[in-house]
Amino acid sequence: MATPPATTAAPAKSDAVRTASTPAQVPVAALPVQADEVAFDIRNFSLWYGQRQALMDVTIRIPAKRVTAIIGPSGCGKSTFLRALNRMHELTPGTRLEGSLQHFGKDLYGPGIEAVAIRRRVGMVFQKSNPFPTMSIAENVLVGLRLNGIRDKTVLQDRLEQSLRMAALWDEVKDVLGRPGTSLSGGQQQRLCIARSLAVQPETLLMDEPCSALDPIATAKIEELIQSLRASYTVVIVTHNMQQAARCSDRTAFFYMGKLIEFGDTRNIFTNPGNPQTEAYVSGRFG
Amino acid sequence: MSPSSSPERPLPETSSKVPDIAFKWVAAAAAAMIVVLIVLVGWELYHGSRMSLSKFGFGFLWSSQWDPVQDKYGALPFIFGTLVSSLLALLIAVPLGVATALFLTELAPQRLRQPVVMAIEMLAAVPSVIFGLWGIFVMIPWLRDDLFLWLKRYFGLLPLFQGPIYGVSMLAAGIVIAIMILPIITSISREILRSVPNLQREAAYALGATRWEVLKIAVLSYARRGLFGAAVLGLGRALGETMAVTMVIGNRPQISASLFAPGYTLASVIANEFTEATSDLYQNSLFELGLVLMGVAILVNIAAQIMLKSMTGSGPIKVH
Amino acid sequence: MATSPFLPTESYARWRKMKSAAVTAVLVVCAIAVIAPLFLVIYFLLANGSSSIDWNFFTQLPKPTGELGGGMANAIVGTLTLLAMAAIVGVPIGVLGGIYLAEYGSDRANDWLRFAADVLNGVPSIVWGMVVYLMLVVPFKTFSAYAGGVALGLMMVPLVMRTTEEVLVLVPQSYREAALALGVARWKVIMVIVVRTALKGIATGVIVALARIAGETAPLLFTALGNSFWNHNLKEPIAALPLQIFAYAISPYDDWHRQAWAGALVLMVLILALNVTVRILSRDRNQSP
Repeated sequence: MATPPATTAAPAKSDAVRTASTPAQVPVAALPVQADEVAFDIRNFSLWYGQRQALMDVTIRIPAKRVTAIIGPSGCGKSTFLRALNRMHELTPGTRLEGSLQHFGKDLYGPGIEAVAIRRRVGMVFQKSNPFPTMSIAENVLVGLRLNGIRDKTVLQDRLEQSLRMAALWDEVKDVLGRPGTSLSGGQQQRLCIARSLAVQPETLLMDEPCSALDPIATAKIEELIQSLRASYTVVIVTHNMQQAARCSDRTAFFYMGKLIEFGDTRNIFTNPGNPQTEAYVSGRFG
Repeated sequence: MSPSSSPERPLPETSSKVPDIAFKWVAAAAAAMIVVLIVLVGWELYHGSRMSLSKFGFGFLWSSQWDPVQDKYGALPFIFGTLVSSLLALLIAVPLGVATALFLTELAPQRLRQPVVMAIEMLAAVPSVIFGLWGIFVMIPWLRDDLFLWLKRYFGLLPLFQGPIYGVSMLAAGIVIAIMILPIITSISREILRSVPNLQREAAYALGATRWEVLKIAVLSYARRGLFGAAVLGLGRALGETMAVTMVIGNRPQISASLFAPGYTLASVIANEFTEATSDLYQNSLFELGLVLMGVAILVNIAAQIMLKSMTGSGPIKVH
Repeated sequence: MATSPFLPTESYARWRKMKSAAVTAVLVVCAIAVIAPLFLVIYFLLANGSSSIDWNFFTQLPKPTGELGGGMANAIVGTLTLLAMAAIVGVPIGVLGGIYLAEYGSDRANDWLRFAADVLNGVPSIVWGMVVYLMLVVPFKTFSAYAGGVALGLMMVPLVMRTTEEVLVLVPQSYREAALALGVARWKVIMVIVVRTALKGIATGVIVALARIAGETAPLLFTALGNSFWNHNLKEPIAALPLQIFAYAISPYDDWHRQAWAGALVLMVLILALNVTVRILSRDRNQSP
């Protein structure tokens, strides 16, 4: 992975708890964590759908090679935020945004930056598994590479196995690679989709409620997989399931009504939240 | 379990926007062809008929002289023939089509619906020229030897059913066109009737209405406007029918009150005489007939589209 | 009608019931009358056509006037050639236009384009013949297979465009998103993912359109013209089944009438085969997700 330029931000602040300008603004002591490399450096980010403002003045630094969970009640803007990280929101007409978003020091929205190129570096896994119905398991994994012009058989073969292994699916499908992707079970399909995203070797993987359509056993497998991805990838996962956030993330960000309310170490957010709204949410009093 | 080392990333960091933009423009150009074709059709026909347009002016439309020998041309007999044969067809096809649609939506048991619908779709697939062939050799002899004689015997007092019987005739054309527009009228009527909310029917049944009363007060009155649209769409199709009509109408440019008399339509005179048009003015006049035909057909079609659209709200009705 | 549900007398109720039963009977009779022509046409096609279909019919050229026998080999091949040319003209334009409607166009532009497609669909087929005559026959000074193919192809465009749009819209948005999220350019996403997913539906639409133009005669009268011999050069006139049927049907010879029926039977079988293909394709489509 390319070494990103070191950020100039003060290390102490890079992971500090951030609070939005809510009435109940409570300063929270910075936590003693090591200075992580920053994957996403986002400042004063606001986004509108037409007239409606969906995100308000979000400033956050998402660490590299960590799992960051984004939680919050429905409609709080967490999915919108995630989709802005690889410019998927551009598929919705009438969106407009302000602020600065950098991914490993490179501007996501700079002039001359192509959404297509961004998405190769920032992959995405969706709520519902969506393997391409006309393609086999192998074709599904390799489609991103093929469509980006990679034809070398050995590269493709290597990448197929490597991606499926990383997605913890290799052993289950290695003998049936020619079967349609849609012939797998729901949980396997979702891991196939993860393998498909990994095959193009992004630096960061965004996951939009990847387990919401799965049973508990399949969910456990995916969560295990997320843990193992942390070694080589930055993972940002949106979830409405607080236990999941607590189980498998290092950092947690809480969004409410389009604002980032609190961001910090996951254990802290769940045991000792700095903001009353966060506390109300994680203790299940609303949302 | 996984190779944690990230190998070199072979994918390019940037990507060209050019193919994307080019593809979009090619697609847009293809979509724009629709509009280009409409303009092209109109312009070519206008272009092809300039000579007769300037020579005859509007008089072309109401002159009933069609005389290639003297190079004098008028459209009236053909306009008359087109209108009369199409209206006859509607007179036959609309009641039958709407009744069949009612039968299919309100009456037929489930397992009967599918075969009947399929039969109607197959009827729509029969080419015009095959109906024409059938018309010449099966329908015309029957009309000449049976139906027309019967009509003449019992309704002969009406001017519609007087005069010599040849078989080929305006009425024969009307019947053939009716058969050919029945599928579209039936299937669109069916869509319209299906869009009538069940609440309407239930309300009527709750009042103790019989089945016919339900159809009349709840279904038909609700669907009236859409059914009218279906009829107008059928008219649009009827106006342009060519081959079958050419084969059974008798091809004589005359205006006669009798439905037993041969006639001629815009489409069939073009089909018959276009390749034999010896003088430029002759051919120009045929183009002008085409222009008239297309103009009327398009206007009728637009009217039908608007009527059907307002009936069904947003959902477009499939017209094929 | 004096509906007075508050004063139901015995006889009035019976009268209402009888009327309802009569209407029911009328509807049934109408439905039978509507589908009767189909069976009449098929019956006569089989009765008059099948006896004339023999090996010669498929292998020989038409015989000159007055001689018995001969076949429609050239017309059968001609019709297939014309259909292929029509597909070459109509399918790319129609499919790309459908892609534009489904993937790019704004709602307002799409409304107008759909409206225009429906209007174009209503242009009488004979008019297409005249227009292509001016476009391709007059400038090149000859009737040609090309002109016939173009006339049929242009007629396919609105149909193929609408059906392509309809099936593309049914492809779930999630496939597009998944492919885009892999960093694949949009045009590749559309061509490889979206179109491929909907390929069966698009093929169905194309075959429906082919079935509809296969029997068209009017647009060929002054473009392809017809030919009693083999066509060896697409720049020259070509025979087609519908043209041959028409020419033979209005001729005064019994032997030609016999062949017209045979040709009509073959044409009908071709069109029904296309329709059956459509049924099979769309049944598969409904079964798989």
